[in-house]
Amino acid sequence: MKFNSAFRHWSSLLVLSGALATGTAQAQSDASECIAPAKPGGGYDLTCRLAANGLQETGLIDKPMMVSYMPGGIGAVAYNHVNGVRSDDPNLIVAASTGAAVNLALGKFGQYDADEVRWLGALGADYGAIVVKADAPWQTLDELMKDLKTQPGKIVFGAGGTVGSQDWMKAALTAKAADISPRDLRYVAFEGGGESLAALLGDHIQVFTGDMSELRPHLESGKVRVLASLSEERLGGPYAEIPTAAEQGYDVQWPIWRGYYMGPEVSDEAYQEWVNKLETLSEKEKFAELREARGLFPMSRFGDDFDSYVKDQVAQFKQLADEVGLTQ
Amino acid sequence: MFDFLIDGFGVALSPLNLGLAFLGAMLGTLFGALPGIGPINGIAILMPLAYTLGLPAESALILLAGVYTGAEYGGRMSSILLNVPGDAGAVMTTLDGHPLAKKGLAGPALGLSAVSSFVGATIAIIGLTLFAPLLAQVAVMFGPAEFFALMIFAFASMAVMMGKDPIKTAIGAVLGVMIAMVGVDSGTGVLRYTFGMAELYDGIDFVVMIIGLFAISEILLMLEHANRQDAGDEMPPLGRVMVSLKEVLYCKWTMLRCGLIGFIVGVLPGTGASVAGAVSYTTEKRLSDKEGTFGTGNMRGLAAPEAANNAAAAGSFVPMLTLGIPGSGTTAVLLGALMLYNITPGPMMFSERPEVAGGLIASLYIGNVVLLALNLPLAGLFAKVLTIPRWVLVPGIAILAFAGVYQLHSDLMAIYLMLIIGVFGYLLRKLGFSLAPVILGYVLGGLMEDNLRRALSISGGDVGILWQSGISLGLWIAAVLLLVLPWLLPKLLTRKSLDGA
Repeated sequence: MKFNSAFRHWSSLLVLSGALATGTAQAQSDASECIAPAKPGGGYDLTCRLAANGLQETGLIDKPMMVSYMPGGIGAVAYNHVNGVRSDDPNLIVAASTGAAVNLALGKFGQYDADEVRWLGALGADYGAIVVKADAPWQTLDELMKDLKTQPGKIVFGAGGTVGSQDWMKAALTAKAADISPRDLRYVAFEGGGESLAALLGDHIQVFTGDMSELRPHLESGKVRVLASLSEERLGGPYAEIPTAAEQGYDVQWPIWRGYYMGPEVSDEAYQEWVNKLETLSEKEKFAELREARGLFPMSRFGDDFDSYVKDQVAQFKQLADEVGLTQ
Repeated sequence: MFDFLIDGFGVALSPLNLGLAFLGAMLGTLFGALPGIGPINGIAILMPLAYTLGLPAESALILLAGVYTGAEYGGRMSSILLNVPGDAGAVMTTLDGHPLAKKGLAGPALGLSAVSSFVGATIAIIGLTLFAPLLAQVAVMFGPAEFFALMIFAFASMAVMMGKDPIKTAIGAVLGVMIAMVGVDSGTGVLRYTFGMAELYDGIDFVVMIIGLFAISEILLMLEHANRQDAGDEMPPLGRVMVSLKEVLYCKWTMLRCGLIGFIVGVLPGTGASVAGAVSYTTEKRLSDKEGTFGTGNMRGLAAPEAANNAAAAGSFVPMLTLGIPGSGTTAVLLGALMLYNITPGPMMFSERPEVAGGLIASLYIGNVVLLALNLPLAGLFAKVLTIPRWVLVPGIAILAFAGVYQLHSDLMAIYLMLIIGVFGYLLRKLGFSLAPVILGYVLGGLMEDNLRRALSISGGDVGILWQSGISLGLWIAAVLLLVLPWLLPKLLTRKSLDGA
């Protein structure tokens, strides 16, 4: 009997883990699924949940959408998976972002390029930001840029991605706007925005090129100063005071869209149905609340409009990568 | 000044929140015990649930914090019983925990680790309550150069683990460092050792690594022995199940020291429970292993990493609550949960949302007591896992390992990788290598390289930055002393006694 009770105990663990794993298989039958091509908890998770919660709460889908995770290569593994294994699944959408477009441009998604999938649409966007510590000598972007021109080696940039990542692109574009070659820029790659911010507060780096939404908690703390928002125009709400880079005379914009794609062999009907669903969702008031709760700004591009937007962006990044000698 | 804490206990002791703390502790223990599901996944699974259920912010946070601390308790279980670490922080727990179980002391080992976890966590929570804002200031002083010096110190302290076979330990650590090099290079974005496979771009995942290295190799070893009828191979009968007061008192200084070490390591952003476990184990071995019994089932060798990993878990709340900067992967997910509730972490949180900050800290105290109460009586029950015959146990572990890795990656490649690493680990063990240096090389080596590269890109290639600050200089000196003193001290002492004679 001793053995029995222990076995029963252990078997409950088995059942739980089994349930977690088989949940994946069962839910595939007819309910829709969103693949977050990362570990749980990150930006892609947020993108998938935005669609899943939004569609569910507005009644646009009757069965809950499942969110599954496929980490690897900032989306490369999922991109290959969708192209190779589930290329015609009408119930599957995959989260993507500007980061994926950058990697497509750099050829880091393996044999596939941006033309391989059907780009569905974007439901929200975030914007880049140029941040310095509150006691830094620069009050405006212009002051920083002037110092950067005279002594580029003294000002160290840092952000949460490697050279060539979308985080680095923000720093590189800023440098370019000051007529400094991105190759001469001192740039430190951290693991995520949190570490970069810690390095900024500890005076290890002088400029952090982050994202607006992750800065919201720090706007009021008075520890950092956001010199510029890399958006087309000023953002509202708590960000209203932050000038854009363009209005300070430097034409740098960096929207980080959060959207979705489907497999290349999905039928036109299924594709159009999803486009319509997402478009309807984006117009709902309830959705605006959900989007704002996740720190995202409005962005609505769907179907062919979005498709050409992504492809243009990839082409543009390719050109930039060539300029700074990033492409292998 | 502590008004927020009094309010916090008011919040945390409400029936709903108390129930949630209990539920979180239970689930967390379970998540920690299952190989493959660590605290990060546990929280990521529950977070949307808590939000959808419409729990208020402080209740959701209490639930999730319970899961986090519970997982650090649970991770030790499979470490001790099966020699398979349940999560990252519990790797060092296998070193003395499993030998204890093999001696028939599984029950006391589980009990002792629960007590150590409790002591470590309590030290850290008190530290969090009293010194959080102060510590946060020190934590940001740790830049890439200081982290590099810290890793040098950690490697130097690993020298005590050299044991009988220093060359094999060194080879093991280098193998670990080499595995850590796979993936996108953090500085330049260049792909290294990926062979064009997108699955390897992010490097070899920690969970795949520990499950392969420990669980799969353990399964292979068990299979190898399955057909042999060696008497010595069988587990001894379970003796007493409760840990004795004497054993706890024997480890009291270990727990206090390692709780403190774990807390400090946890406070630093970027290092977590696994580094805390490693540093505390090696420190403790140096300080109290007079007979050389660490690694063969020494109670202190078990108490050290257990106190430290729980302390580190609580310590990582310091930068999150005071600066809004996550101190570990898990607190990064918790931070995401806070943002979902429109709460601003940072010093403002204590004044603007005292019920959240105070409630969270109070719930850490309560959750910790709940976990001790939950884990002590259950030690005997869990220890019975060892009485399960091999033909049930081996497939059981295999299923857990496969399910754990698959749910994390939804990709078969991760499973193959786990199997390859498993066979590799099995071969290493057959050749007489210890796996701990491999895993430490993997964890510390990756951190060391990243921070060296960062430091050099800050200074523009000038290596002087590595010992410019007082903190890094101190760490360098400590590392050198660690290496030189054990060799120098006996010589000095003998000379002194000669002089005296």
